Amino acid sequence: MKHTISVLVENKPGVLARIAGLFSARGYNIASLAVSETQDPSISYLTLVVEAEDEKILEQIKKQLNKLIDVITVTDFTKKEHIDRELVLIKLAYSAKDKAKLESVLGKYVAKIIQHRADTAIIEAVDQQDKIRQLLQDLEKFGIKELVRTGRVAIAY
Amino acid sequence: MTGAQILIECLKREGVEVMFGYPGGQVLPIFDKLYDADIKFILTRHEQAAAHAADGYARATGKPGVCLATSGPGATNLVTGIANAFMDSIPMIAITGQVKSSLIGNDAFQEADVTGITRPITKHNYLVKDVKDLCRTVREAFYIASTGRPGPVVIDIPSDIQMQDTDFIWPETVEIRSYKPTYFGHPGQIKKAAKFIGESKKPIIYAGGGIISSGAHLVLMELAQKIQGPVVMTLMGLGGFPSTHKLSLGMLGMHGTAYANHAVTESDLIIAVGARFDDRVTGRLDAFAPHAKIIHIDIDPSSISKNVKVDIPIVGDAKNILGELLEAIKKTPDTSEWFKTIDTWKKKHPLIYKDGGKIKPQYVIEQIYEATKGEAIITTEVGQNQMWAAQWYKYNWPRSFISSGGLGTMGFGFPAAMGAKLGCPERTVFDIAGDGSIQMNIQELATCVCNKINVKVAILNNGYLGMVRQWQELFYKKRYSYTCITGPDFVKLAESFGACGIRVTKKEDVRPAIEKAINTDNTVFIDFHIEPEENVFPMVPAGEAINRMIDGMA
Repeated sequence: MKHTISVLVENKPGVLARIAGLFSARGYNIASLAVSETQDPSISYLTLVVEAEDEKILEQIKKQLNKLIDVITVTDFTKKEHIDRELVLIKLAYSAKDKAKLESVLGKYVAKIIQHRADTAIIEAVDQQDKIRQLLQDLEKFGIKELVRTGRVAIAY
Repeated sequence: MTGAQILIECLKREGVEVMFGYPGGQVLPIFDKLYDADIKFILTRHEQAAAHAADGYARATGKPGVCLATSGPGATNLVTGIANAFMDSIPMIAITGQVKSSLIGNDAFQEADVTGITRPITKHNYLVKDVKDLCRTVREAFYIASTGRPGPVVIDIPSDIQMQDTDFIWPETVEIRSYKPTYFGHPGQIKKAAKFIGESKKPIIYAGGGIISSGAHLVLMELAQKIQGPVVMTLMGLGGFPSTHKLSLGMLGMHGTAYANHAVTESDLIIAVGARFDDRVTGRLDAFAPHAKIIHIDIDPSSISKNVKVDIPIVGDAKNILGELLEAIKKTPDTSEWFKTIDTWKKKHPLIYKDGGKIKPQYVIEQIYEATKGEAIITTEVGQNQMWAAQWYKYNWPRSFISSGGLGTMGFGFPAAMGAKLGCPERTVFDIAGDGSIQMNIQELATCVCNKINVKVAILNNGYLGMVRQWQELFYKKRYSYTCITGPDFVKLAESFGACGIRVTKKEDVRPAIEKAINTDNTVFIDFHIEPEENVFPMVPAGEAINRMIDGMA
């Protein structure tokens, strides 16, 4: 099962390596990882999506993260009210005649064409991961050339 | 002040009296300042020994051990010693030189990514990029190494930083917002634990190295006496409770006593203190103490419910929590029936060996125990020598048994003995070694002789890498693949370094040789030619339940 965890860390060199190393050394898998500065430049905010088969592994992951000296707080969103989003940029095969069809697909999501050229359009979508997954399925028929996702970011009240 | 001067000043303010290390190109500025500093510096003959010596010093004194090496190979040679300290939660500061800042990442001469290499084997590490950060970094390093669950901290200092000038500003206090160890137990949990203890019929205290690092031995004694509960110890916990006490069942686990393992298996309540349910202790997990409720007291939350599901976790310092628990216990269990059962196990499965034939290693250790009146510091190498030392010397005080538990590092005992002797010069220090292990850091004979560090090394010489040979005998049809090992003439070797060497081939010469070693004002190697194929028993085969031991007596 996938779990979303946020980690506030000291914004120092090597912190990300410590977290990545912790996961690889213990054989835990990171499904996605998003890192950025916060309103306090000395603190970075990580959103981790981790795969943990059982509660015991999830507990260990949280404890091990907390054990790192540079980790300030660890929050597990599994049983917590929160908002999560992911941003995806999609490079799509495009021709003018498909425009209406494409726009009707995109209309169902928080998604839009940011730019297009003769044969290529760049689409941006921001949504929860299951919606993004559906969108990608819907766009399959147009021909996805390339895509990039930020990984999940999450925030709690 | 220059970075090097700042470093030395910080070390002095942290109370460092002795440090171990080896010079090199990227630590020249530091060594130049060490030349006039009133810190005793011990030049080892290999950096690995410097790390182990710092570790041994820390284990013997409770103060952080300090080692220093140059960049690249100097630092990588420390790695085993750092990992060793990490696995056993030993406070240590390892200072390494780094190539100058402008060359970092350039594959410069003697460059290694030391913070990268040591990240998974340190409690924390630092690369100092600005001389202004140095003072605070050293202060933080000592604080982190010696508080909470102790551990090694590496400070990597580029050579240009060592030479740059800045003001010396000593931070009076250390404040790390992201590091706040828990020292006091949750009152609700303690109350619950007290209730469980009162209701138990077959309680057992399972004491680990945390007893020693938190200085909880006296309060542990009070608790054991109050509840009249038997105490079993891990390898790291030996000395945390007196082995000669009637409540002590000795060591548990793979080479523990049969009665300790039976008692744990049959107990209805385990009070685990500063121990981590290591695989060498639990054996097969699903058969570990199947009827027991478990109270687990540990300062490291990640140790709790890692291997074994715990009923009452209590995070905090062992000494504080045991004190709180003592207050909270209103009703004490009646353990007289429980001890009757334990006594039958003790009678049926005592810790014994068959004497006769060549010198028995167990006999050698018993004789060392008697000759030192149980007051020596014993260090060990790793393998059979270590297990015999754990089984046959009786440790009655904390910080008396110094052994590589978690990492199991051959070559640890001799340099660790040097560190222990420097920390406790008034104590007799014996390294109980094998003929394999001693050869791993044998160069330290020079360090010992040169600095008059009079440690005694008892080599249990069986001509084998004995523990591996034992496994090959028992589980690999006696196919002794590369475990038959030769060595030098240890007597001549010791003499060539200026130390004293004694060879013992007869049982009647064992005790006189030990007495002679103790009374010789020099480093002494005693080469005991022991029964070559003696095994360590009892033994729990790997992956087996701990009450299913091979006793070797059949």
